[in-house]
Amino acid sequence: MTAAFRLTDTTLRDGSHALSHRYTEEQVRAIARALDAAGVPVIELSHGDGLGGSSFNYGFSARDERALLRAAAEEVRRAKLAVLLLPGIGVAEDLKVVRDIGATVARIATHCTEADIAEQHIGMAKQLGMEAVGFLMMSHMVEPAKLLEQAKLMESYGADCVYVVDSAGALTIPQARERVRALRDGLDCEVGFHAHNNLSLAVANSLAAIEEGATQIDGCLCGLGAGAGNCPIEILAAVCDRLGIPTGVDHFALMDAAEEVVRPIMPRPQVIDRAALLLGYAGVYSSFLLHAERAAERYGVPAHEILVELGRRKVVGGQEDMIVDVAVELAGARGRTEAG
Amino acid sequence: MEKLRRSETLELRAMVGIDPQSDGLARARSYGIEATHEGIDWLLANRDGIRIAFEATSARIHARHAPMLRDAGLVAVDLTPAAVGPAVVPPVNLRQHLDEPNVNLVTCGGQATVPIVAAVSRVTDVPYAEIVSTVASRSAGPGTRQNIDEFTQRTARALETIGGARVGKAIIILNPAEPPILMRNTVYCALPEDADREAVADSIVEMVAEVATYVPGYRLKSPPVFEEGPFRTPAGEVPTRVIARAPGAGAGDTLPRAAGHLDIMTASAVRVAETLAAERLREEVPA
Repeated sequence: MTAAFRLTDTTLRDGSHALSHRYTEEQVRAIARALDAAGVPVIELSHGDGLGGSSFNYGFSARDERALLRAAAEEVRRAKLAVLLLPGIGVAEDLKVVRDIGATVARIATHCTEADIAEQHIGMAKQLGMEAVGFLMMSHMVEPAKLLEQAKLMESYGADCVYVVDSAGALTIPQARERVRALRDGLDCEVGFHAHNNLSLAVANSLAAIEEGATQIDGCLCGLGAGAGNCPIEILAAVCDRLGIPTGVDHFALMDAAEEVVRPIMPRPQVIDRAALLLGYAGVYSSFLLHAERAAERYGVPAHEILVELGRRKVVGGQEDMIVDVAVELAGARGRTEAG
Repeated sequence: MEKLRRSETLELRAMVGIDPQSDGLARARSYGIEATHEGIDWLLANRDGIRIAFEATSARIHARHAPMLRDAGLVAVDLTPAAVGPAVVPPVNLRQHLDEPNVNLVTCGGQATVPIVAAVSRVTDVPYAEIVSTVASRSAGPGTRQNIDEFTQRTARALETIGGARVGKAIIILNPAEPPILMRNTVYCALPEDADREAVADSIVEMVAEVATYVPGYRLKSPPVFEEGPFRTPAGEVPTRVIARAPGAGAGDTLPRAAGHLDIMTASAVRVAETLAAERLREEVPA
């Protein structure tokens, strides 16, 4: 039976946030092998903030992402390898390097109102003969009509698919549904959906997206990812099986991979604690969570206060430098209150 | 234009454009300044008494104009990404390039951050420097948006060649919030074990004060912050980093306040031209 959607696993990209970008070649090999064996058609790998993301601002990778990609390329037999690139962080030239290593899918991500900065990179992907996927992050921040306008730009640059990306895990089910529907109705190319689980809706929103016609869905083993994590693919595959939605992947093999390969290397369980819930509630970029926790410890202010303040300031993805700003300011305000 | 009118060293002789309907040209005329929409041809035909040309067209157009300006004996202060001449950041390396026929202003992010990296590298080794510039979406023009890699690559190179970092990285983020945000810049420098923190902090504060002499409103949001690593940078592991956070505020003459990144470019361009003018004038007038 043909699969109802193409599953893209991003354990080795979005999941890298949860490991503070410290994947080793051995871990990458084991995960890539397990995903490939389970029939997952696309495996994404790069720094969590995309190619070139290894930095002070987003955290340095323990291993060069190109070395990790090479390791994955040696392990996979069937799956396509994908990379993420955020214009402004990585550059179009980076795509040439990863294409030569074996990546065939380039996912180009911008904030949901800034699609036009991706023209150069989507163009480069197509020129290199790669599949190009547009990734509209923080999709909860704009109305469906505006999102469609931006998606059309990406389509016009050559994108083969445009994703509704719920980077903050802030979309409710009707909101996810109406955004996917708007893109499905207005685009000729494919539509995808990328969930985060901060409001505990990752699986539900992914199912709603499939119902609305999304044909590419993202997720991770154990839901490993920024904030409360992504859509757990072993759960999504199991639920789809019960619903009679063909996935083309072996859900039992995914359960094994989640339990035996990924769970043992997780620094902590992927849970929705107060800070993670507030990411979704306040609409804050999920990757901010661990950075906010570190800043909280450094400056003696609660992480959830930092996150709520970032939400109030309408900070967008990539502005991790604002976390220290807010922490320093909150610490200063507290100092003054205590002194006064 | 507004900054040039205030300058005590420079006299604004003409505004040259190509659009007869241009607001800028109309404003120049209302100040009694000669304004033309006939482009570079007009300038070449009327160059008598004009010594410096500020070019804020595009990289492609400036590449064509640069030899024409040079042959006409005009010094070009290039605000485009053309990079025909050497990149200059006034308080850091302008003195080395006073004889050049053409100097380039790097990028707005470069003007806002390279001085801080240079301030650190003059007191200690900087194996790696990284900057994050966040600008309001509305103030980033189509030229920047269509070639955003040019911004990151050129800025990164300037952190190395002018800022003195061994390895540089630049990140640009566009923020669409309304009302538009002010430009903000964060500078991270990797510090070696033996770095004298007090000297680093003092040097940054001193440099910021110097930039503020020509970019009104340029200031640190708070004193430099030192954080403990270790950090595994591309130039090797370092124990410490210093973070300096500087909004790129400018005078906000006619640009909206949010366009602080353009303001810092024009302010730097005027400072470059004033310095060149003062220097050449000194040479030309016999003592």
